[in-house]
Amino acid sequence: MSPNLLYSTEEQDLRASVRDLLTDRCPPERVLERCEEGETGDPALWHTLATQLGATSLHVPDELGGQGASVREVAVVAEELGRFVAPVPFLGSAVLATSALLGCRAGQQRDAVLADVAAGNRTATLVVPLSSCVGGSFPTAVRAGEGRLSGSVRTVADGASADCLIVPARGADGPELYVVDAAEGRVAVDAVTSFDITRPVSDVEFDDVAGVRIADPDLAATVLDDAVRTGAGVLASEQVGVAEWCLDSTVEYLKQRYQFGRALASYQALKHRLADLWYELVVARAAARYAADQLATASDDAPVAVGVAQSLCARVARHAAEECVQLHGGIGMTWEHPAHLYLKRAKADEIALGSPSAHHGVLGPLVDLHPAP
Amino acid sequence: MSESVTDTAELDAEGLRSRTREFLASNDPATTDRGEFLRARFDAGLAWVHYPEGLGGLGAPRALQSVVDAELEAAGAPDNEPSRIGIGLGMAAPTILAFGTDEQKQRFLRPLWTGDEVWCQLFSEPGAGSDLASVGTRAEREGDGWRVTGQKVWTSSAHNARWAILLTRTDPDAPKHKGMSYFVCDMTDPGVEVRPLRQITGEAEFNEVFLNEAWIPDSNRLGEVGEGWRVAQTTLMNERVAIGGRPMPREGGMSGVVADTWRKRPEGADAATYDRLMALWVEAEALRLAGKRLGQQLAAGSPGPEGSAMKLGFARLSQELSGLELELLGQEGLRYDDWSLRRPETVNFTGRTAGYRYLRAKGNSIEGGTSEVLRNIIAERVLGLPAEARADKDVPWKDLPR
Repeated sequence: MSPNLLYSTEEQDLRASVRDLLTDRCPPERVLERCEEGETGDPALWHTLATQLGATSLHVPDELGGQGASVREVAVVAEELGRFVAPVPFLGSAVLATSALLGCRAGQQRDAVLADVAAGNRTATLVVPLSSCVGGSFPTAVRAGEGRLSGSVRTVADGASADCLIVPARGADGPELYVVDAAEGRVAVDAVTSFDITRPVSDVEFDDVAGVRIADPDLAATVLDDAVRTGAGVLASEQVGVAEWCLDSTVEYLKQRYQFGRALASYQALKHRLADLWYELVVARAAARYAADQLATASDDAPVAVGVAQSLCARVARHAAEECVQLHGGIGMTWEHPAHLYLKRAKADEIALGSPSAHHGVLGPLVDLHPAP
Repeated sequence: MSESVTDTAELDAEGLRSRTREFLASNDPATTDRGEFLRARFDAGLAWVHYPEGLGGLGAPRALQSVVDAELEAAGAPDNEPSRIGIGLGMAAPTILAFGTDEQKQRFLRPLWTGDEVWCQLFSEPGAGSDLASVGTRAEREGDGWRVTGQKVWTSSAHNARWAILLTRTDPDAPKHKGMSYFVCDMTDPGVEVRPLRQITGEAEFNEVFLNEAWIPDSNRLGEVGEGWRVAQTTLMNERVAIGGRPMPREGGMSGVVADTWRKRPEGADAATYDRLMALWVEAEALRLAGKRLGQQLAAGSPGPEGSAMKLGFARLSQELSGLELELLGQEGLRYDDWSLRRPETVNFTGRTAGYRYLRAKGNSIEGGTSEVLRNIIAERVLGLPAEARADKDVPWKDLPR
């Protein structure tokens, strides 16, 4: 079947609900205020997204307490959250951790955690460095022995807000995945200062902590790789949202800003830069939609689609944010204008879940383009 | 015609399929002369089904043409070699259909479609490229016709053409957009001289056309006197439709050519060029998907403005990719196949050698609307930014600086 690269009516409705909520509760000024007050997240907004809009359970099957939708809908929510640089742990919990849980075999422990996370009763994250790229070797930072974990992982997304941690660990027989309760005394989650102010990162340390194994060596590496791939594919849609806000706000600003007796938007040098950004956004959106669709249908082409989308959308969002700052001139360089929130998000997203060149290296061999010897 | 009175109920895919089969039954492509077959196809309304009855069509939805084409192709029927007569099919015909008199439609459309008469387009001039509305080729009244003098440029097929669509200046005292008229020009007129225009590849795909008191009867005017710009808009709109929107497989264009070069492990392949190659491959794939998305929007009845992004991206990628390919080739990239003046029948952007592809790609951001003009269009029509300041709108054409 031909992939659907458009937004379905249901997806448009979902987008409208999320956008209404964020317009009301999460305008850029409010996000900035929170940052100034030193709050790294908006738990009340997160609660509303989870419980009223079901945004945390979209691609979870009905029988596990989810909405039975797909990654396509998850991507639509990510796009809106990107547009508002909303400080909620969607990527860590609803995308990375949830996808990992979905990949594990059904069982009492896994199903219970998944249902809780889907319902928004608990928040989770996947304990890997946010810079992890699909196709990497299974991490060895945490060791598992007889159900107890030790080791530390740096720069984990959405760690501080997580109640439960999905931890890749190396056991005696190979890679495994565990669920660990973050409230355990021997777990230390240290929030570090994040470059991306609206997406907190933490260093996580396990000192002989009890964990529940949810994936055995036969499955763990695949589960982790699939979760990181899904995360990268969804992140591409977030990047489309980031880029779109940057373009829209720059267009609006240049229309109302006058210098030398003319609207800045009337200068061809600036118009052409905006036209180029618009072009980039057109191709980025097509790539992101394709990735979401291929992930949703578990297509064989999903790995290629994600490589294309993530390497392209990362560059496009970063470029759009850089242009946003530059074309806003002096005001774009100030703390009081929200452009820097988008620049920080976009630059961090370029590194998150694999940089463009890391994705090129993974993608190439999939399409018979191998690196130079 | 009485036996096949058109009934709208049968203008669906099934109706057209059976109509095509009936036509094939009485016109066996294996035993019918090619020209005769094409003329019969036109008369049966199967040439372009969305055209009116009697003019090669049936007034059917345009999308159903593919049903007819598939039946004919399966039967081994000859086609009208659309790549050879693209200007006629894509630009002249819709303009004649929209603005022509009944006599003009009857006279021109049938041999245009069958390819018995090739058409070319006399629009651009050395002094009127992006600013087409400033054309200076003069047409002056003389008796029941017009004398035309001027120079046109970048005319493909002019050396094979029987007819041309021609944009002229008929009233130099009017503001530029108001003083133009549009004609069908006889390319065999003694006042028409065609010279090859050699381009940077060495070959001459195009021509310069010199009009030296060429004679055009007034019966060959399309649209009213002074209405030429509006008629030309129809032509140009159809040019954009003709350029955009065919589905392409992955690696279907220049990216596939360069990817294949990479796979042969050329001399210049290294880690840095690999990353460049992958970035361009990714963008080409994303542009392909954007084209597909555009097609889906059209099919859903909500065409977006994304079409103008396609040409911008196509030009950029062709140029970047073909440039990278030359570097990959190393020593081989220092050689060129042939600089001699050739006159190709059709053009293939991904044909010949890497050197040719690199040079030909330079035209992609100039022909059919420069990338700079496209960016203006995107900025003004899509993003709603203010239009460029104009100093030429209400001034008589003859008083404009040039």
